[in-house]
Amino acid sequence: MSPLSETLISTTDLQVGFSIRKGPFQKDVLKAVDGISIDIPRGAFFGVVGESGSGKTTLGRALLQAVPVTGGTASYDDGDKRFDLGTLSGAALKDYRRRAQLIFQDPYAALSPRMTVRDIIAEPLEVMGLTRTREETDARVREVAATCRLNLEHLRRFPHAFSGGQRQRISIARALVCGPRFVVADEAVAALDVSIQADILNLLKALQRDLGITFLFISHDLSVVAHTCDHVAVMYLGRIVESAPTRALFHAPRHPYTQALFSAIPSLDPDDRGRAQVLKGEIPSPTNQPSGCTFHPRCAFASDLCRRAAPEAEKDASGHMVSCHHWQDLLRTPVEAPTAAPTQ
Amino acid sequence: MSLLSVENLTLQFRTDEGLITAVDDISFTLGRGEVMGLVGESGSGKSVTAKALMMLNAPNAVYGADSRITLHLDDGDVDVLALRRARDMRVVRGGAVSMIFQEPMASFAPALTIGSQMVEQLQVHTDLSKAQARELSVEMLNRVGISDASTRFNQYAFELSGGMRQRAMIAMALSTRPRLLIADEPTTALDVTIQAQVIQLMQELVKDFGMGIIFITHDLGVVAQTADNVSVMYLGRMVETGPVREVLRRPAHPYTQGLLDALPKLDDLDAPLRPVPGDIPSPLERPSGCVFHTRCDRALPQTCATTAPIWTQTGPEHRLACHLSEGEHCA
Repeated sequence: MSPLSETLISTTDLQVGFSIRKGPFQKDVLKAVDGISIDIPRGAFFGVVGESGSGKTTLGRALLQAVPVTGGTASYDDGDKRFDLGTLSGAALKDYRRRAQLIFQDPYAALSPRMTVRDIIAEPLEVMGLTRTREETDARVREVAATCRLNLEHLRRFPHAFSGGQRQRISIARALVCGPRFVVADEAVAALDVSIQADILNLLKALQRDLGITFLFISHDLSVVAHTCDHVAVMYLGRIVESAPTRALFHAPRHPYTQALFSAIPSLDPDDRGRAQVLKGEIPSPTNQPSGCTFHPRCAFASDLCRRAAPEAEKDASGHMVSCHHWQDLLRTPVEAPTAAPTQ
Repeated sequence: MSLLSVENLTLQFRTDEGLITAVDDISFTLGRGEVMGLVGESGSGKSVTAKALMMLNAPNAVYGADSRITLHLDDGDVDVLALRRARDMRVVRGGAVSMIFQEPMASFAPALTIGSQMVEQLQVHTDLSKAQARELSVEMLNRVGISDASTRFNQYAFELSGGMRQRAMIAMALSTRPRLLIADEPTTALDVTIQAQVIQLMQELVKDFGMGIIFITHDLGVVAQTADNVSVMYLGRMVETGPVREVLRRPAHPYTQGLLDALPKLDDLDAPLRPVPGDIPSPLERPSGCVFHTRCDRALPQTCATTAPIWTQTGPEHRLACHLSEGEHCA
């Protein structure tokens, strides 16, 4: 990425908190997204990975202004219009909805069983009043259906007649029909079989290339992210612990959490058994966050410093950001010491 | 010494739209202490096969006339499909055969404590007293790596995290010391880090308990890390079977090759992702001949669409059902 490339989405110290009730008179705030600063260049395929509970979905929703932003700033600028997310209302929000769309995880739940495919895809156009006549709507629906490689005969049928892969193509067509510049794909291939997953990933990549759409691709599957995204951010408990261009991240992960995530992917080689570096414990509850570096209770390299102070984000010239006190020490002594010991 | 033999298993479901074939004439055996991976996409019939072993399929299931499932136990063989009374079925429902389900939240009763459910099944299947059953349950919870097991014993399923629930499920399934464990997508609903923990746990338990396992998954990586042998299913047919190293390194069936090609690989980020062309056909429109021919880019004209392939051997223990390899052997 050249430094000149323009930014579509930019956030500074973005926070999303949900207030929860702890007792009759006590309230607490659950920080789902806790101080995220990212820049997504126009036309990029930006990946966000993390375990469940890491806040990746909330981040995506905050960028669509589907959950209230409780701190920091986020902005959208496609060169034509600029919006400050979190403050939009009325006409500006309507305009933003047209420019930013969401693809859901489960294509079985996302489509109404009582509407034909044509009506499902046309609904956003009608709701937003983007077309004036039925002919205009139909023409646009057919155009989008062709882009998503849907058969035009399919438009008259109902969703139950389709397999998972075809349904996901219908969901994508619906998200694209209003011509968005920014699309959040939240686990868009997680519910699909591998043979079909590859097809949907190829389609999303083609849309990025041909239509110049910017994607925020949220996934828990690192190998999928590695193959599709230009840039990847790794989230843990509402924060980004490492973020880098895909190749840099996968060839030389710096954060111990990223390294553990990679190591946990089951290898296709049966002779790799027992080599996985198994991370102990589970992601803590966001209401009860550990002190210092929030990853320290599960980190094999944690020191007193980690328990005391939260690490600062360090970014190098190539755009590789890591937030760990010890990443340079770990780089010098390649991963070996405590990892071989099986957890008991 | 084999533990389980399945012969010519055919299973259809009676529905309003007619008979739907879910499993079509599959046969396999499982040895004692063997871990067999059963791989396939949704709709391939892998879960239905597993449920047949425990007679858990819905009442509209129709088994083929020459289908046989035999469990070889120390005190004699059990003809599973002949079991009629619920009392007799106990042996395959938690006695000699246990199952771990995909969704651990849905598998525990929400209104009973984990402990009371573990004790109940022990009392059904063994002659332990309540106190002994309690003691064994806590010990099993400990064994699967649940810390503070005696507290967890008195908790409800919703108080446990996903990974912990799956561990409790495994503890419960193993507490009756089954000879055969069926694990139906046990790690699919879990995060990778927790999945790695559960895989490691299962590897240890196989060593300690020595039971046979049928491990159902759609994830070839999980199979590579757990199974000794693997069988690949497509639309109710078994298409390839063999030792896990053989099948994953030298996949012979075009479908197995397609599955491996479609997987994103971390060691080669530039490799294009090649989907298996087309979609899985509806079970109401089962293709004739080889069921895979509609999606196979190497299908032979005429042959594949008309006749079902027979099993051929490509290596020791490595077999597949494909016309292409029949040709190789003829040539």
